[in-house]
Amino acid sequence: MIKITNLHKKFASNEILKGINLNIDKGVTAILGPNGSGKTTLNKCILSMVYPDKGTIEINSQNIHSQWKYRKGIDYLPQIANFPNNITVNELIKMIKDLRQESLKDETPLINLFKLTPYLDKKLTNLSGGTKQKINLVLAFMFDNDILILDEPTTGLDPAALISLKELIFKEKQKGKTILVTSHIMSFVEEISDQIVFILEGKTYFHGSIQELKESTNQSDFQHAIANILTDNYA
Amino acid sequence: MLKILKYSFYDLIRSRWSYIYFLFYLILGFVLLFLNHDIGKAIITLMNVIIVLVPLISTIFGIMYYYDSKEFTELLLALPIKRSSIFLGQYLGISLSLSMSLLIGLGIPFLSYGLLESGIIFDFIILILIGFFLTLIFSALAYNIGLRNENKIKGFGLAILLWLFLAVIYDGIFLSVLMLFGDYPLENITLVGTVLNPIDLSRILILLKLDISALLGYTGAVFKKFFGGTAGSLISFLILLLWTYIPIYLIYKTAKKKDF
Repeated sequence: MIKITNLHKKFASNEILKGINLNIDKGVTAILGPNGSGKTTLNKCILSMVYPDKGTIEINSQNIHSQWKYRKGIDYLPQIANFPNNITVNELIKMIKDLRQESLKDETPLINLFKLTPYLDKKLTNLSGGTKQKINLVLAFMFDNDILILDEPTTGLDPAALISLKELIFKEKQKGKTILVTSHIMSFVEEISDQIVFILEGKTYFHGSIQELKESTNQSDFQHAIANILTDNYA
Repeated sequence: MLKILKYSFYDLIRSRWSYIYFLFYLILGFVLLFLNHDIGKAIITLMNVIIVLVPLISTIFGIMYYYDSKEFTELLLALPIKRSSIFLGQYLGISLSLSMSLLIGLGIPFLSYGLLESGIIFDFIILILIGFFLTLIFSALAYNIGLRNENKIKGFGLAILLWLFLAVIYDGIFLSVLMLFGDYPLENITLVGTVLNPIDLSRILILLKLDISALLGYTGAVFKKFFGGTAGSLISFLILLLWTYIPIYLIYKTAKKKDF
């Protein structure tokens, strides 16, 4: 479980997070919000890639401040997949396994799922954006940790891979994992998530299930409910 | 940290640029030896090249590698690895692979020309050692600039400017000061001024070790007295170490606080 208390973050004079309070439980939680609302910053705070100015983050009741070993229990899919160019896919996977000190993990089911076998011996420079994203997904899912953070997982995926991704997320959910997803594809969010967190102007504007969101905005359609929040606040 | 170092190093020695750098020294070494027919003279000529070129290449490679591996660094930051290990590992990867290009690139021609029998192997070692220090110093300075500047163009510009300043402009200012105050005894100021710039310090160290300080006139004698003695050698070596240590420590400090 992730507990975020009064989280503040400012980049230069730009205040991104202005006091986020959040309890994230097991299941899939989608973090939504307009561009630049601080979704990625929030994810990065959880990973200590960005240090908050104020506030605390606790993972399984452990304060993560100036810690790094806790990241062993988190799998992260970054928004932009970019890898060293001189190495092949196989070498990259081996390297990440080695760096995480989990050389025994088996990636073959994921490689087969995303049909990456023909690319294994290719250098990463020569791969398309979508293929790189699939490799990114393999790296995020293969370590099978309790917390999974997915930042825009659908970017560049073809429809077949998108279906595989959804199945994968469902499977991980069944295992009782805590999964955090940010995405702008509302149909995707609606399909996979149990809880919605809506961040607006650096604060948690809404936290609850999709049903609750529909009720509170008086909309029967999820996309319209989200659009409703945005127009209400920007109109 | 060793794992990161291993992978950075492995990544770099497979890059085309490392080979170009290596081949450059290889060809330079052979050409100089072929033209001079004398290992001692070739070492002196090489000194002039190394003192300017090693800082330039290290600066450019350092900053390029930092920006080039930035997204990958972000991937590493999400892994259970200590931050300082990531950055120091990458930094050591680049500086060691550059040093290796230098060592092997120059080592092959000199060894094949009979360096081992020549009796001036010590001079050659000094040359390589200075090259090694300059690589460590300038790639660390470049890494610091990278860490502090998100904008690639600005970072690149600043890095080149830093090199230009230390390699060229500093000497210009320094000489102008010496000219302006030529009527005063300036030996000590010259000494301090030299010590404050790693390129000048390296140059003087090599000149003195190669016993060609006579070229420097009276100041040369003062330098010889200072740097030539055990205490002077030790002090200048310590300053070179300090020049290496401070930028590396700054990498550690900056990386620890930075947001990605």
